[in-house]
Amino acid sequence: MPTEPATAPLSSSGPDPRRARAVDLRAQHWARARRLVALLLGLWLATWFGTVFFARDLAHLSVFGWPLSFYLAAQGSSLIYLAIIGAYAWRMRVLDRRYARLLEDAA
Amino acid sequence: MNKTAPTRADTRRYFRRLSRYYLWFTACLGLFLVALSILEKEGMPRQWIGHLYMFATISLYATIGVVARTSNVSEYYVAGRRVPALFNGMATAADWISAASFISLAGTLYLHGFDALAYVMGWTGGYCLVALLIAPYLRRFAQYTIPDFLAARYGGGTGNRGTTVRAMAVAATIVVSFTYVVAQIYAVGLIASRFTGVDFSVGIFLGLASILVCSFLGGMRAITWTQVAQYIIILVAFLIPTMWLSVKFAGNPVPQVSYGSVLPKLAQREAQLAVDPREIEVRATFRARADDYAKRLAGLPHSWEAGKVEAQRSLDLARGRNASLGEIRNAERALLAYPRTADEAARTWAAERDANLARAQPPEPHAEPFPGKTRAESDIRRNNFLALVFCLMFGTAALPHILMRAYTTPSVHETRVSVFWTLFFILLIYLTMPALAVLAKYDIYTAVVGTDFSSLPTWVSYWANVDKANPLVSIVDINGDGIVQLAEIAIDGDILTLATPEIGGLPYVVSGLVAAGGLAAALSTADGLLLAISNALSHDIYFKIVDPGASTQKRVTISKLLLLAVAFIAAYVASQKPADILSLVGAAFSLAGSTLFPALVAGVFWKRANHQGAIAGMIGGLLVCLFYMLHTNPMLGGDAGAAWFHIAPISAGVFGVPAGLATLVAVSLLTKPPSRASTGLVEHIRAPEGL
Repeated sequence: MPTEPATAPLSSSGPDPRRARAVDLRAQHWARARRLVALLLGLWLATWFGTVFFARDLAHLSVFGWPLSFYLAAQGSSLIYLAIIGAYAWRMRVLDRRYARLLEDAA
Repeated sequence: MNKTAPTRADTRRYFRRLSRYYLWFTACLGLFLVALSILEKEGMPRQWIGHLYMFATISLYATIGVVARTSNVSEYYVAGRRVPALFNGMATAADWISAASFISLAGTLYLHGFDALAYVMGWTGGYCLVALLIAPYLRRFAQYTIPDFLAARYGGGTGNRGTTVRAMAVAATIVVSFTYVVAQIYAVGLIASRFTGVDFSVGIFLGLASILVCSFLGGMRAITWTQVAQYIIILVAFLIPTMWLSVKFAGNPVPQVSYGSVLPKLAQREAQLAVDPREIEVRATFRARADDYAKRLAGLPHSWEAGKVEAQRSLDLARGRNASLGEIRNAERALLAYPRTADEAARTWAAERDANLARAQPPEPHAEPFPGKTRAESDIRRNNFLALVFCLMFGTAALPHILMRAYTTPSVHETRVSVFWTLFFILLIYLTMPALAVLAKYDIYTAVVGTDFSSLPTWVSYWANVDKANPLVSIVDINGDGIVQLAEIAIDGDILTLATPEIGGLPYVVSGLVAAGGLAAALSTADGLLLAISNALSHDIYFKIVDPGASTQKRVTISKLLLLAVAFIAAYVASQKPADILSLVGAAFSLAGSTLFPALVAGVFWKRANHQGAIAGMIGGLLVCLFYMLHTNPMLGGDAGAAWFHIAPISAGVFGVPAGLATLVAVSLLTKPPSRASTGLVEHIRAPEGL
């Protein structure tokens, strides 16, 4: 955060704290991006695997005329995929912008 | 455009200009359709309508190719990296929707019901992997091809240039794309010959001409703008007949919503037909025929000799008693078609037995997941469904012609949004496919089944006569009661989409439009694949390995020449109608996933992955995948009984992908960590955008 520059002039000796700060920020950014990917891939896996694995049990439920398993396989899971990709694009933009700004401030 | 980064206002203006062009294009397409339907009413012959569609669409694609011609390296390879996300998504969707998707998928859904939904789930789910694991990082890397990324990331070889990794990635790209492109060109020939009456080979070369004018002159830039136009044609061609059927049966023009109300009616009709006494009678006839073949198979080789003598005798008899010419012809034909050796007899009779046995089965309920006599049988079907979905997803995420498009957008963010639009535009088609299958099935089950043989709809005789040797539709009165039973109908899945307008009773203009849509789907995919192959050869082999000092002008020229050569080879192979290559297209997904996916994903997400690991992973994945296919596919000399966990050979990737990943990890850990350059590259592509 912007409190850092105050200590910067003292750092002529030893490892550059600005550099360390940048490395730290990049690591944070990557950790968050990875967590987002893991979360969304978990949702993706649950969607298709769950739909297929439990298809016989879900076939007795019905939504608007479709047996639930048929609906999920034909439309529902694909729409969830679309939502996953949309959410990823949106969150990553927020994340990228925030960290790009922080990194610029730190430099 | 000049070299300086375009401002936001520039980008927006560019986007608006493109939108305006394509809106105009769509309006012209509408006018063209209206004009044609008026001409049809005035009595223009069908043949002419087919020719007009062929001529109009092909010259449209050629014109776009001429307008977008370029010799600039960046324009030629990656369309100048300024295709807005929405249009890139549309172009990728056209790239993706192949002849198989457009023409065969609805038919597969019609024939296999719930099981075929694996294609819908798998082919769409792959885009999650593309979006989350691969595409944005390729864009951040900002080079030209997929082998580029793998070579830069893994290095190794002389000067750490990654020559080995590059060559292997090129080989994988070519094998996967080539099987795929042959199938596309084959489909082009098929559609062109059916709708314009030209010869199959002439059809292939007509289609090829339009592909070439476009990609030869303008590379990625030209094919991107052509593909957007092709997508619009595909969408219109697919939606018009489906919406018509939807209004007809459900009174609602949105098929994705309306077929929910048709589904219970279809299930009711299926249950009715399953116990209908006449249906049971026909099925019993097929079972008797299958039993007969089984008996003959058991009696080999004596039964073969006896049959041969019998066929000869009936011909002599017919000749001796001065029978009619037709009878003698039939007897002659039966003798000619008789298997020449006992081995051949074993093969043909086994096929006949299985075909008859298949037709002796009662219809499977369309919407029921994994029906089976026992729980174990049903579980096998479920596991195969899972395996197929898995392979299609990981294969999609490793197809070079799709990934290549990640390079063409202006920024990483636009790449992510572009994958979103890609899936959106694919879903407009894919969510309609199951609807079309259900609506067409309901139509055939109610309007064709139960009618009199004398009043069969005209589309049946039309499609039965297209290919007389292997009829696409055959309805034969098996039990001789003069009424069509469901079990008497044999229909080839490939005609469903093309025949939908006629099934729904629409004018011929719409049939021609659907054919033009199929042509657009095949051509757009072929464009992308040919470019992927020729770029791999010219950029990765020629420029990066053979002659790194080549001038940019020379690179583009070489690329164009290679494109021409590859296109002609592919067209030649397709004109031979290679049944074995066509059946391998499904396998291309397993191969792509097993060889390329582990190296691509580990390249971004695992810093420790190194040169040796990548090579071992690609080889390991490929070997396991190939071994399983050869080991279990009867067409390749394997034995279906040898399958592991009863998984079908098409899903070999379910073993190949994990094997490739495991080999990559194990070998990487056993060898030295990657160089600093590799680590630096990984850090660069992971960094937030905007630095």
